[in-house]
Amino acid sequence: MLLQAEGLAVFRSERLVFRDVSFDVPEGGALLLVGPNGAGKSTLLRLLAGLGRAAAGRVLWRGQDALADRSLHARRLAYLGHQDALKPALTVGETVRAAAALGGRPGSGGTALEALGLAPLADLPVRMLSAGQRRRLALARLLCAPTALWLLDEPTLGLDTASVARLGAMLARHRAAGGAAIIATHLPVPLPGAATLTLGA
Amino acid sequence: MRQALTLLRGELRLSFRHGTDTLGAVLFFLLAGALFPLAIGPAPETLGRIAPGIVWVCALLAALLPLDRLFGADFEDGTLDQLLLSGLPAGAIAGVKAAAHWLVTGLPLLAVATPLAIMLRMPLDALPALLSGLLPGTIVLSLLGTMGAAIVLGARRGGVLLPLLVLPLAVPVLIFGVAAADAASFALSPRPHLLLLTALLAAALPLCLIGAGAALRRAAE
Repeated sequence: MLLQAEGLAVFRSERLVFRDVSFDVPEGGALLLVGPNGAGKSTLLRLLAGLGRAAAGRVLWRGQDALADRSLHARRLAYLGHQDALKPALTVGETVRAAAALGGRPGSGGTALEALGLAPLADLPVRMLSAGQRRRLALARLLCAPTALWLLDEPTLGLDTASVARLGAMLARHRAAGGAAIIATHLPVPLPGAATLTLGA
Repeated sequence: MRQALTLLRGELRLSFRHGTDTLGAVLFFLLAGALFPLAIGPAPETLGRIAPGIVWVCALLAALLPLDRLFGADFEDGTLDQLLLSGLPAGAIAGVKAAAHWLVTGLPLLAVATPLAIMLRMPLDALPALLSGLLPGTIVLSLLGTMGAAIVLGARRGGVLLPLLVLPLAVPVLIFGVAAADAASFALSPRPHLLLLTALLAAALPLCLIGAGAALRRAAE
């Protein structure tokens, strides 16, 4: 089993966001997080990324405590939050090249842009992009590092149907290579055979 | 290490794209220094006597200017999360930020300190002591500032809180930095003061980075 969560509970200041959340994600597996606003989907993703802190429970990576060494855990995963984390002053090409250099997969920037249909925009500064294009650029960064686990928070927000299909193809390739994905969403995501975890029920 | 250098290159590229922010601190330094002759009169003996103090206080204030954007923009646009997930320890990320701050603020300040000091009629014999004090001093200021900026991250009105937090911590740097230049202008050895400044740097380097790293983790939670 790639990733296991056991009895997770999270407090946000004094309020209990969720408790007793347990699930398993195998290699090549996918998990959809659904639930009403405020159910803790984003909080759970941040916790799994090692950005948040659990009040109870544990997260296991291949049977070992995943969050004991957060820097090591960070190298196994790619996280896409609500925000696109893009710098308006850089161009599209510079953004992916920087991500590829940092992710240890130099040269992957071009293929990442092509996978999301952004190659014609490579020389454009990020501030000229539309919301959907920015989201696609943020998704392109997933392909710039060899990570086994993708944690995506509303990845299809603002995407057109063609881009959603591209994301579907990306996810299928990632899973075929043994990677796993955990996706919080309200919109349908092309993710065949995914397990579903409902929070706040 | 390779990752940290990649990150530093990216930070510097962004700083050059936002050139006005960088130039702003240096121009502030020169302008603030130029106000003193206007305010207290151009008498060379008075100005020359207090010139090291003026240069140091102006450098301290100018170094504070770009601090609230050091992590602020990254915190707001989600880049901080990505940095923390880059596989580098949080302390190393703080180190990269401190290095970038010193390279785009501290180093230019060091370069324009000489013309400012000459303009204020500082004795030329004291110039080497002033500069060799500013070198470790500005690095300590960058480290303290990085820690302060990380701690106030996410606080309401963090920009106001930041100088209140950093200025008291910077007092020892100011004292020994000015003392070194003063000693040289009275033909005494600036060496003990410079050694103390270097000792401050040696202490600040690990402590500030550990503190800043912990604060960054805290801000992301």
